[in-house]
Amino acid sequence: MRKILQPILAVVLGLTLGLGVTWIAGESPWHVLRILGRGAFGSSYDFGMTLFYATPLIFTGLSVAVAFHAGLFNIGAEGQLTLGALAAAAVGALWPGLPAPLAPVLAGVAAIVAGTCWGAIPGWLRARRGSHEVINTIMLNFVAAGLASYVALYLLKNPDSQNPETRPMGAGYLIHQFGFFGGAPVSAALPLAVGTAFLIWMLLWKTALGFEIRAVGQSESAARVAGIDTGKIRILAMAIAGGLAGLVGIGEVLGNAGKFRLGFSPDYGFLGIAVALLGRNQPLGVVAAALLFGALHKGTADLDMETEHVTRELSLVLQALIILSVSAEGLWSWMKKRGQT
Amino acid sequence: MAEGFTAAVELRELSRRCGNVAANAGINLRVEPGTIHGVIGENGAGKSTAMKILYGVMQPDSGDIFIDGKKCVWTSPTDAIAMGVGMVHQHFMLAGPYSALDNILLGAEPRRWGMIDRKRARARLEALASQYGLPVDWDRPIEELPVGIQQRIEILKLLYREARILILDEPTAVLTPQETNDLFCNLKKLRSEGKTILLITHKLREVMAFTDRVTVFRAGKVTGEVQTAQTTPQELASLMVGRKVVLNINVSPASPRPEPAIEIAGLSLAGEGAGSRHSLSNVSLRVNRGEIVGIAGVEGNGQSELLQAMLHPRDARCRTSGTVQFLNEDVTAWEALKIRDLGVAVIPQDRQHEGLLLERPVSESFLLGLQRNPAFSRWGLLNSGNWQAAATRAMKEYDVRPGDLTMPAGRLSGGNQQKLIVAREFQRQPRVLIAAQPTRGVDVGAIEFIHERIVRARDEGAGVLLVSFELDEILALSDRILVMYEGRIVAEFNRGGVSERELGLKMAGS
Amino acid sequence: MQRFLWDSIKQPVRVALLCVAGLVVSLQPAFAEFKVGLVLDRGGKDDKSFNSSAYEGATEAKKKLGIFLKYVEATDDNAYESQLRAFAQRDFDLIIGIGFAQKEAIKKIAAQFPQKHFAIVDAQVDAPNVRSLMFEEHEGAYLIGAIAAMTSKTGKIGFVGGMDIPLIRRFAMGYEAGAKKINPQVTIVANYVGVTSEAWNNPPKGKELAMTQYDGGVDVIFAAAGASGLGVFDAAEERKKFAIGVDANQDWTKPGLILTSMLKRVDEAVRSTIEEAQAAKFTGGVKRFGLANKGIDYSFDQYNASVLTEAVRKRADELKAEIIAGTITVPDYYKKQ
Repeated sequence: MRKILQPILAVVLGLTLGLGVTWIAGESPWHVLRILGRGAFGSSYDFGMTLFYATPLIFTGLSVAVAFHAGLFNIGAEGQLTLGALAAAAVGALWPGLPAPLAPVLAGVAAIVAGTCWGAIPGWLRARRGSHEVINTIMLNFVAAGLASYVALYLLKNPDSQNPETRPMGAGYLIHQFGFFGGAPVSAALPLAVGTAFLIWMLLWKTALGFEIRAVGQSESAARVAGIDTGKIRILAMAIAGGLAGLVGIGEVLGNAGKFRLGFSPDYGFLGIAVALLGRNQPLGVVAAALLFGALHKGTADLDMETEHVTRELSLVLQALIILSVSAEGLWSWMKKRGQT
Repeated sequence: MAEGFTAAVELRELSRRCGNVAANAGINLRVEPGTIHGVIGENGAGKSTAMKILYGVMQPDSGDIFIDGKKCVWTSPTDAIAMGVGMVHQHFMLAGPYSALDNILLGAEPRRWGMIDRKRARARLEALASQYGLPVDWDRPIEELPVGIQQRIEILKLLYREARILILDEPTAVLTPQETNDLFCNLKKLRSEGKTILLITHKLREVMAFTDRVTVFRAGKVTGEVQTAQTTPQELASLMVGRKVVLNINVSPASPRPEPAIEIAGLSLAGEGAGSRHSLSNVSLRVNRGEIVGIAGVEGNGQSELLQAMLHPRDARCRTSGTVQFLNEDVTAWEALKIRDLGVAVIPQDRQHEGLLLERPVSESFLLGLQRNPAFSRWGLLNSGNWQAAATRAMKEYDVRPGDLTMPAGRLSGGNQQKLIVAREFQRQPRVLIAAQPTRGVDVGAIEFIHERIVRARDEGAGVLLVSFELDEILALSDRILVMYEGRIVAEFNRGGVSERELGLKMAGS
Repeated sequence: MQRFLWDSIKQPVRVALLCVAGLVVSLQPAFAEFKVGLVLDRGGKDDKSFNSSAYEGATEAKKKLGIFLKYVEATDDNAYESQLRAFAQRDFDLIIGIGFAQKEAIKKIAAQFPQKHFAIVDAQVDAPNVRSLMFEEHEGAYLIGAIAAMTSKTGKIGFVGGMDIPLIRRFAMGYEAGAKKINPQVTIVANYVGVTSEAWNNPPKGKELAMTQYDGGVDVIFAAAGASGLGVFDAAEERKKFAIGVDANQDWTKPGLILTSMLKRVDEAVRSTIEEAQAAKFTGGVKRFGLANKGIDYSFDQYNASVLTEAVRKRADELKAEIIAGTITVPDYYKKQ
């Protein structure tokens, strides 16, 4: 019970603080809250956009969570998802004529493989060379960004556009978009994300591999004595984390843009850390937290439009305050202690 | 004051619940100033809880603390240390890379113009050290110092903070016999300087030899408080466990079979850096099925390295040359998991860090290493039903208390943690058992239980390699004894073929 | 428990929220105020160049015409569409998208809201209710090239582009043609800051490129690089050489060192579009801004009067007249492909 209550309280606290800030900025908190709610859930289109933003966050949140269970901090989801999206788009740009059932599957597999490889590299470096994954994943984010720029601008450039993006893929690649969201690009990637969350839950809690991943994360020395190849498990966990982040490419490329657009991600990879944190690294929690952050992202965009004083930047402050209050776990134990004495 | 002195420490009707367990239920304890006062009890009897309350780490639900007759209420160790109460924890609270000096100053830095005044602090510490006869190398990083010295630093830390009442939690658990002797000499010196010492232990021998008075805990209550001079180990033991215990179990003679369980040949490990002592040189040994081979030695003479090399022969950090065979299979190039699947059970040296998932439910620690066992998983999917049922059964059979599978393993008492590990490892039907310090920091009842199980495993045909720093244990259990000194096997004895004294000399390298 | 509570109240709360929201919307002033929505791109309104210019144009229209103006800044590439849609749904009369990145979003939303009027800067969208505000950058760059070649003493001139995209190539091509017209032997050194949108905002890199060019004998550099151009200006100051600004009039930033600026009057394009739309004279299709209608020009004011000589200006104005008259055709990178 407390496990569920704490994150909820944290969100409420963060939101209250955020509303306080908007109030100082000269905006009625009630007004702001109303716009937030309406912006995120007011119409089928708004709700669709919320779901659209939530989808990649589910993937990146799961990515961070899986790595975390293995005792690793994956800050590289941004790079992994970039390469995942790039790989999917590359398949589509290179073989635009492939027919429907084959094409999206192939592109999807490419996205997963690219993300997996990009995640496995820091896993391997950590396990076999002892260099810390936090540094390596950050560095690989830059490499991924550079690689993506190069491919998108020199190898697969879209000649018909000023935008830095790849050639559009064939129609056979596009996956189903749901009609009832009033044109919001909610695609089959959403059920895929929810299904993946379920699979990851199965993996972590119902399989021997998941147990090994968690054991390594809990106590590497105990896992090692128990005969678990901790290096292998770490590489595997990072590879899985990378693959999960790579799946973002499916929603973005196959379900939305139909091509790789440089800089398409508003930091999904980094928001994934907050999502995992708020979701307590539990797949179900990640889905719920991703929905919340999707709603915030969509809702705060509307704040910019509907209010005089709340700008894009203040919206970020609002999101940041929620993340802060979620991560300030020490605060809770402190409050609990105060309550006792 | 009934007994005519003002107690240095008095706990009155102290109670504290931890979850559903009454960790302390109405504890009364009086400590005379300037004495060494033993606090004994099985693991989980509540002595640690009482001491944590006394030291301010925990708050009591009810009851009072009196220091020198004054009632004290504190919310943190800072309050306790301000009143002169300090504690040396079983697991030292030291920052490894820093020097002894810095570790002592940490949190109590003498400042001058906003800078740490090391010079003045050092002068004061050197005075303290010579006053109490506790010499320390001030500038070496802590992690390079022997455990005994680290403990000395912990004590100095308290003296530096002007503690008058010192609580020592299982201080000898990690010490060599020589270090143990030194420690008690030092404690006596402290006592003669007027310090009051609370010694938490479950080693009856130490209590009998070094304390003035003893309080016995059992199941959250005090079952007795006696003058040491007027009691016997047997009386204390029965107060502790509530029944008469046999301290030295009778081990029936072994009937070893000629099949080798463990065969190690020419194992060497180059230590890091020149002159490193932590290495193995050409270690060869053989353990047959149905016998217990004990490795005696002072900690740090290569025992850990030997175990690592046996369990992770593929890892280059663990072995540079030589071969390892289990049950006639050359496993030198094998993965650790495959080795364990041969039927190799391991009771690791450091149960908390190497044996358990402390923050996870007991059931998960039980599964650790068994997760690929066909009984518990198929096609990679865990069979929760089998697993939980087996765990429940094992908790009962191995008397792990409380038998709550959902409780974090870290909340079990030391003895129960160890029993949990034994329960798990014996699920393998071991043909080889490697037991390192199987009874370290474990209460009398659990020691007896674990020893019995080890002997039973032997009698069922397992080859047992026992690594222990406790001479009693080695002498009681081993059918053959190997002595390890500076990375070599320096002597071998058969059961009964060596005296404690002789063994001690060999361990010391002479 | 908490969950149950929320379940039981969330429906009423939702309904209440929507009711209140509806009430507020319907209570807004009923008289027909002309409403303009501006969707800036990710650079935001304070980028001191492109977006700022558009924002200023709209603000000027607001002051002069008394329209209702609301602007938003996109948070990500997928936000353009939902922001354009939000404006369309909220009874805005004219919705303007700034920057080519919004091309597809405008195309989509304009088709869904045929009654609304849209405009987009720097991209062409073929729809009856969309006006595409296109600039003939190559014409201006041609004049700038000519001015640079006339001013250069070394016969070597430089070009620092921001992001390497067709738009900037178009600048470069016009610049080169103008310079060659004056001095067929002129050497042109061209560099680009980068290939991502980061290239618009990397002054150190701009400076580094400019220093290298100056040290190689270049004495005039045209910076078509957004905020990275500020680095080029710094280099000009250190080496005491000339630089040329872009989009807005940047002559004042380093008086006497900024030879001139190639003006791209996004503000003018936005302002005139608002004005026409309010007067019910909105027309779709492509509206081109070039030298002829002063949508493109070069700057001359008190800050560069001392360095942009009479003779140079005279020759530049002659070329301008010839381009307008059609006797000179400036090569266009867009048409070359």
